[in-house]
Amino acid sequence: MREVIVLGIGQVKVDENWDKSLRVLAGEAALEALRDANIEQTQSLFVGNMMSGAANHQQHLGAYLADWIGMRYSEAFKVEAACSSGAAAFRMAVMAVASGDTDLALAVGVEKMSDSPTAEITAELATAADADWEADHGLSFVALNALIMRRYMHQYQWEKEHFAPFSLNAHANGAHNPYARFQKPISESSYINAPMIADPINVMDASPMGDGAAAAIIAPASMFKRSGKPTVKVAASAAATDTMATHHRSEPTWLRAAERSAKQAYQQASVSPADINLFELHDAFTIMAALSLEAAGFCEKGQAPRLAQEGQIRPEGRIPIATRGGLKARGHPVGATGLYQIVEAVQQLRNEAGATQVNNARIAMTQNIGGSGSNIITHILKSE
Amino acid sequence: MEVPRYWRLQKQRYALVGEICPHCQVKIFPPRDVCPECGGEAKQPFSFSGKGTVFSFTTMYDAPKGFEMNTPYTVALVKLEEGPVVTAQLTDLGEQPVEIGMPVEMVTRRIREDEEDKGIIVYGYKFRPVMAGTH
Ligand SMILES: [Zn+2]
Repeated sequence: MREVIVLGIGQVKVDENWDKSLRVLAGEAALEALRDANIEQTQSLFVGNMMSGAANHQQHLGAYLADWIGMRYSEAFKVEAACSSGAAAFRMAVMAVASGDTDLALAVGVEKMSDSPTAEITAELATAADADWEADHGLSFVALNALIMRRYMHQYQWEKEHFAPFSLNAHANGAHNPYARFQKPISESSYINAPMIADPINVMDASPMGDGAAAAIIAPASMFKRSGKPTVKVAASAAATDTMATHHRSEPTWLRAAERSAKQAYQQASVSPADINLFELHDAFTIMAALSLEAAGFCEKGQAPRLAQEGQIRPEGRIPIATRGGLKARGHPVGATGLYQIVEAVQQLRNEAGATQVNNARIAMTQNIGGSGSNIITHILKSE
Repeated sequence: MEVPRYWRLQKQRYALVGEICPHCQVKIFPPRDVCPECGGEAKQPFSFSGKGTVFSFTTMYDAPKGFEMNTPYTVALVKLEEGPVVTAQLTDLGEQPVEIGMPVEMVTRRIREDEEDKGIIVYGYKFRPVMAGTH
């Protein structure tokens, strides 16, 4: 395998983009990434997306997008892994180039959610869980996470308000990201008093839906250099699965697939948690931010809310998370999220993160979670 | 709604029929033919008692399509007496607050009605609190 770099990045603002279709959104992010990389096309295209078939009556996103952005004749596929589709597409692009099979690959994550009514989208999101044994019983995706959060609070004796710092940090950081869905800080009382969705998860624990697209270009380190900007290398790419249904895990409050993919990633990059300068994790819900921090080795089991209370997750803290707003404030356009995380990590490593720039950021980690923890993909990026 | 998909799960939905692994004796629900513990083949049917305790729970205020009429409703992870954990709705709660560890038992109830076509009604397991002194 040869060393690969992220040559270019692109993204659109997460929003209810009523006037933009799925291909327009994906096209904008892809073309921006190509411009940023100073190239015109790539030989390979991987599109991360979860529910275009149900939500947009459009599948076959590989050829669909290749045609739209002037890349017909390139190879192109859609990659689906529920909420982790974005990182899965990125990993496919990394593999395609690292293996030597292709010299330039484009990964695009896209989700167009605002065309469907809320109850339909809620049902479509629930297809990330087990249809026969979870969704058929009336559980939404939020409910599955609520079951995990309740158990975690019971197991480690935390109260609801102890999760506020995750939400407050995300919104404080999102306020400085022009691509974030929400760009205003929130107060602790607005966290506490937010309407319940599935208790203990309220609106301020949960990431908002939205339409969005983000993209990255992968190239071999030996053949391409960026002039005037730090080079961002892909130091690790690792993925792992766990049981499909939450109820089949002996310990639903421990993300085994996160632990496994993080350990593999540390090994590939020859680093330990102490070396990571920032962590773009999958805070679809505040509980998932906590579980990710624990499984990736940044604190002991059950202690992530303490890390958050101490301010260690803020941009100036020991392990900054959601530095551009995270899923909570930037928004969670499902299949696009994993690529937003990559784009934001690259911004940090290029020193382009503005007011929430992490000092001396050299090593960044991203972690994208599919389902309630059934597929977890970890990447480590390094600047030089 | 797809009739065959519901029809073929009847034994599980109405009677909690799972499997027992002939190699390591682990009880399995729902049936999956490969034992999740030892990886051996497990096809021997086993009927669960339907008794268990609440492992975790949540009350849902936003429902997926097909369940909007029922909100708010409470769902739970129920740890069955024999070991496995299942995901299901709780029912017959009355004024009683739900708690982790609360004993519950399986009942068969209507889970959803197909509002769009065919008028199909799906029945299946829910769990209700076990009244003190009734067992
Ligand atoms: Zn066995």
